[in-house]
Amino acid sequence: MNLKERQWIIGGVFLLIAVIFIGRLAQLQLLSSNLQDYAARLTQEREILAPARGLIFDRTGELFLDNKAGYDILFTPRQCRIAGGMDTLALAQLIGLTPNEIQKAIRKAEAYATYRPSTIRKQMPASEYAAVAGELWRFAGIQSRRRSIRTNESGLASHLLGEYREVDWDDIQSNKGYNLGDYKGKSGLELQWEEELRGREGVKFHLVDVRNDYRQSAEQGALDSMPTPGENINLTLDMALQAYGESIMEGKRGSIVAIEPHSGEVLAMVSAPSYATDLLTGRMRGTHYDSLLRDTNKPLFNRTMRATYRPGSIFKMIQGLIAMDRGVISTQTRIPCNRSIIGCHGGHTNDNLESAIVHSCNPYFHEVMRRMIQPRKESNVFEEARNQLGDWSASIRRFGLGTDLGGHFPGLRSGSVPDTTLYDKLYGRKRWAYSTIYSISIGEGELLTTPLHMANLAATLANRGSFRTPHVIQSIGSKGKPAGMDSLVQTGIDPALFKPVIKAMNAVTESDEGTAPLARIPGIKVCGKTGTVQDSQGNHSVFIAFAPANDPKIALSVYVENAGAGGDWAAPIASLMMEHYLKGSVQQTEKESRVKGATYPFANAKQ
Amino acid sequence: MRRTAPILQRIDWITIGLVLTFMVLGLLNIASATSGAENVDWFALDSKVGKQFAWICIALMIAAITLIIEGEFFIRTTVIHYAVNILLLIGVLLVGKTVGGAKSWFGIGSISLQPSEFAKTGTVLMLAWLLSRSNGKIRNAKTLVQSGLIVCIPAALIMLQPDAGTVLVYGGLIFAFYREGLSGNVLIAVFCALLLLIATILTGASSYNYPFLGPQSSIGWLWMILITLGTILWKLIPGWVVPRNRKRVRRATIICFSTALIFSAAVHSGLEGVLKTHQKERIYVLFGMDVGNPDADYNIRHAKAAVSSGGWAGKGFLQGPMTAYGFVPEQETDFIFCTIGEEWGFAGSAFVVFLYTLLLLRILVLAERQRSDFTRIYAYGVASILFMHFLINVGMVLGLAPVIGIPLPFLSAGGSSLIGFTLLIAILLRLDAERSYVLR
Repeated sequence: MNLKERQWIIGGVFLLIAVIFIGRLAQLQLLSSNLQDYAARLTQEREILAPARGLIFDRTGELFLDNKAGYDILFTPRQCRIAGGMDTLALAQLIGLTPNEIQKAIRKAEAYATYRPSTIRKQMPASEYAAVAGELWRFAGIQSRRRSIRTNESGLASHLLGEYREVDWDDIQSNKGYNLGDYKGKSGLELQWEEELRGREGVKFHLVDVRNDYRQSAEQGALDSMPTPGENINLTLDMALQAYGESIMEGKRGSIVAIEPHSGEVLAMVSAPSYATDLLTGRMRGTHYDSLLRDTNKPLFNRTMRATYRPGSIFKMIQGLIAMDRGVISTQTRIPCNRSIIGCHGGHTNDNLESAIVHSCNPYFHEVMRRMIQPRKESNVFEEARNQLGDWSASIRRFGLGTDLGGHFPGLRSGSVPDTTLYDKLYGRKRWAYSTIYSISIGEGELLTTPLHMANLAATLANRGSFRTPHVIQSIGSKGKPAGMDSLVQTGIDPALFKPVIKAMNAVTESDEGTAPLARIPGIKVCGKTGTVQDSQGNHSVFIAFAPANDPKIALSVYVENAGAGGDWAAPIASLMMEHYLKGSVQQTEKESRVKGATYPFANAKQ
Repeated sequence: MRRTAPILQRIDWITIGLVLTFMVLGLLNIASATSGAENVDWFALDSKVGKQFAWICIALMIAAITLIIEGEFFIRTTVIHYAVNILLLIGVLLVGKTVGGAKSWFGIGSISLQPSEFAKTGTVLMLAWLLSRSNGKIRNAKTLVQSGLIVCIPAALIMLQPDAGTVLVYGGLIFAFYREGLSGNVLIAVFCALLLLIATILTGASSYNYPFLGPQSSIGWLWMILITLGTILWKLIPGWVVPRNRKRVRRATIICFSTALIFSAAVHSGLEGVLKTHQKERIYVLFGMDVGNPDADYNIRHAKAAVSSGGWAGKGFLQGPMTAYGFVPEQETDFIFCTIGEEWGFAGSAFVVFLYTLLLLRILVLAERQRSDFTRIYAYGVASILFMHFLINVGMVLGLAPVIGIPLPFLSAGGSSLIGFTLLIAILLRLDAERSYVLR
C-alpha cells in the first residue's frame, strides 16, 4: 500500500472515535434517565415545608396540645470528611448525647448516605438549642433544622389525646406520604383525627452545591408548593374539670367519665393513674415508655374505655325500668326481701321499686327479672328462658350497653350483654334456665361494661330515656361538629316511668337510709346510685350520678378500683366533680381533702 | 496563490477559525464552571475566567509572532528547541514545585508553567527533522531507533515527574510513524495488546474456583486459552501453509503467543504489584467493578451524571447545577467537557466532537498537501498529539477511558497547555503557508 494512502486509515481512526463518542453521548444524554435522576438527586434538595399540625383545644378554648419550636441536629458525613473530621466527643457533649449514642448516630448516617444530612439528635427543645447554636458552626457537616415539637403543657388527658411520634416502617409503607423521620399520631385522638390534624406538606426544591448548601431555587420555584396547616380541633372536654378530676384521682386506680346529658358531649375523661404525654415524646421516650409499661398500676391503660367491670347495683335501675315497661311490675308492686334466694343487706323486708333501688335490694330484682325471663307460662323452663332472654338483651342494649355507643371512640370496648347465643355456648342449648343465670339480675354474672357506658347510662337516666351518642369532638377547623356525632338514641321506654327511678336515685343521696350520703352537694339535688363490684383484690367503689335532678347538666360515672363500697369513695368524688362543674369551684373542702388524702391501699376494701 | 502573497492570504483560515472557536467555547465554559451561577468576572485577573482570557491574549500574541517568523527558522533551530525542552524537563525535576504529587510545574510568582506542555512541540519538530533527513524512512532500523529515542527521552523525563497522562500522549505519535512507513502490523499489534490488556485486567480482578487449587484469580483461564490457541494454530500450520513458509510462520506464531503471555503476565503483576490502590481502583471502576470504596468512582460517576443531565439541548449557559456547584472535580481543566455536556446538551457536545474531528481531519489535509517531508511529518505529529488529548480526555469524561488528567486542547483552563497547543498549531500554519515555495 502506498504510504500516502495511509492517510485514509488514520483519518478513518479519527472518524471512528468521533462516531464512538457521539454514540456514547447519545447513550448518556438521551437514553440514561437513571443517570439524569442521579444528577437531579445530587443537585436538588427537596425541602419539605412541614405544615403546622392542628392544635387541640378544650370546649372553652384552652389549649390542650400545642406545637413548640424545636430543632433537629443533622449530620452530613462527606462534608465532615472533606473538612478533615471533627471532635465528636465535644459535639456529643454540646448536643446532649452520650459518646456511645453519637458513635451510633454517625455510623447510621454513614450507612444511609454520605452526601445527605441525617438526623443525629431529634427534637432538641428551643431553649436547649439556643444555648449551643453559636457553637455548632465549628463542627463540619453539622446543620440544624427547625421542627415543631408537640407539647401537652397541662399534662392532662394523656390517654385520650394519645401519642404523636415518629413513623415506623409500616407507616412508611402505607402509601400515605409518610417518610422516614416524619411524625404522626399513633394513638388516641392524635391517631383518630390524623388526617385532619396533619395538614398537607409543602415542598421547596433547592439547587444545592457539593457541600449541600442551598444555592438557589430550582426551576425558578415552579415546582414549589406551600404547606397547608392542619385543622384545629375543639374538644367537648372542660379543661378545668378534667384537671380537677385528675387531681382528685391522684394516687388511685380508676376513672371518671362526665357527660353533658342533653348533648352527649363528654366533659371529662379521667383515667388514673395517668402520665404526662410529654414523657413519651422526644429522646427519652424509650426509657419512659418502658417504666410506664412495667408499672403495676398500668398507667398506660385507658380505664375509661378499655377497662370492663360488672355493673353491679347500678344495673338495677335498668331492670326496674324494663320491668315496668313490660308491665310485670308497677310502681306499687312490693316484693318480699327473701334472702334465702339471694343475699341482701340492710333492714328492709317488703320494698316497692323506689325503696328497692334505695336499699339496693337483691331479692327484689331477682324476682323482677324472673318475671321477665321465667314467667312460668311455658311448661319447659329451659325453653321459656331461652325464648324470653332475647327480648331482654335487646332492651338492655338500647341503653347503649354492649354496643360501641355510636363508634366515636376507637378502642372503646363494648362490654358484654349476655344473650341466648352466649348461654347456649356456655351451658349448651336448653341446658340453662333463669335459675342458672339469675346473677345477671343484679348486674353480676356475664354482664360487662366500661365506665364510659356507665356514664352514658347516667346521662340516659338524666334524659329520661334517650341519649345522644357520647363524643369528644366539638368542632374540627371551621367545619364545626362532624355529622352523626350526636345522633339521638331512644331506649323506647316511656319517660313517665323514669319518675320513680329518679326519685329513688335522689333518695340514694338524700334520704337517711340512702347508700350515698357523701354524694350530696349543698343546694343542688343530686341523683345517684352506688355500686360495689366484687373483686378478689378488694371491691371496686362505683357510683353513677347526675345533677341537678330536674334539669341535669352533668352525668357521670366514677370508678375507684379496690377501694371499698360505692358510697365511701366514688360517691364523694362524683359529688366534688359535679360541684366543681356546676358551681365553678368546690366548697366542700373537708370532703375534698378526705378524698385527696386517700391513696392505696384503701382500708376496708375487702369487706 | 502567489508565492509572495502576504502571509494573511496564505495561512489556513479554517484551522484558525476552529482554534478560535475552541478558545471562545473554552472561555464560556470555564466561566460557567467557576462562577457558581452568579455574575461572571470576565476580565478580573484573579478569577479563572479572567486569567484564561489573559492567557488567550498572550497565546494569540505568540501565535502572531510565530506566523511572522520564517518557517526556515523553526527548522534550523529544531535541535536547539528540542534541547531547551529537554533541559526544562530536567530542570523541573530539580527545582519544580509539586502539585498533586507530581513535580510538573515551574512556579514563577503567581503563575505556574508546565514545561511538559511545551515539550510536545519540540519533540514533534525534532521527529520531523530527523525523519525528513533520512531517506530510508522508518524501515531503516537505525532511523527507527533514533526516532524512538527522540520520543522516549522526553517521555521518560515526564514519567519521572510523574505524569502518566502526558506520556501516554506521546504514544499517539505512532500514527505519524505509521504514515512514514512503520509496518501496519505494529498498529495491529498495538490493538491486540490493548485487547489483551483489557482481558488481563478483567480476568485478573475476578476469581474462579479451580479444581484442586481452590479459588484463584481467573487469569489462569486467559493464559490457558492463549496456550491452547497457540498450540492449535501450531498444529494447523502444516495444513494451511505451503512447506517453504512453514518454518517462518511457526516461528512467528511462537513469538506472537509467547510475547502475548509475557505481556499479560507482566501487566498482571504490574497491576498487582506496582500500581497504587487508587490507580488500580480507577481502572477497575472503568470496567464497572465494585471496589468497595464509594469514592473510587466519585469523579467519573459525577462526570457521567453531569454530561447525562444535559439531555438534548442542555440546561443553558450558566444554568448547569452540577457544573456551577462543584459536583465535578477539576471541571474547568480536565473535566471541562462535563460543562459542555451539561449546559449545551447532546446538541452542543456532539457539535464539539464534530468540530474536533474537523480540526484533526483538516490537519491531515494540510499534511497531505505538503511538498516538504518536514512539514508533512510535523503535521502528522500535531494531529497525533491533538488526537490523543481528545481521545483520552473526552473518553475519560464519558467513562470510556480511565481517569487520566490531561487537558482538552484549547478548552481546558490553564496557560501552559493553551500556549503549547497554540504554538504547535501556529508553527504548522506558518510552515503550511510556505508550502508553495519551499521544497525541503
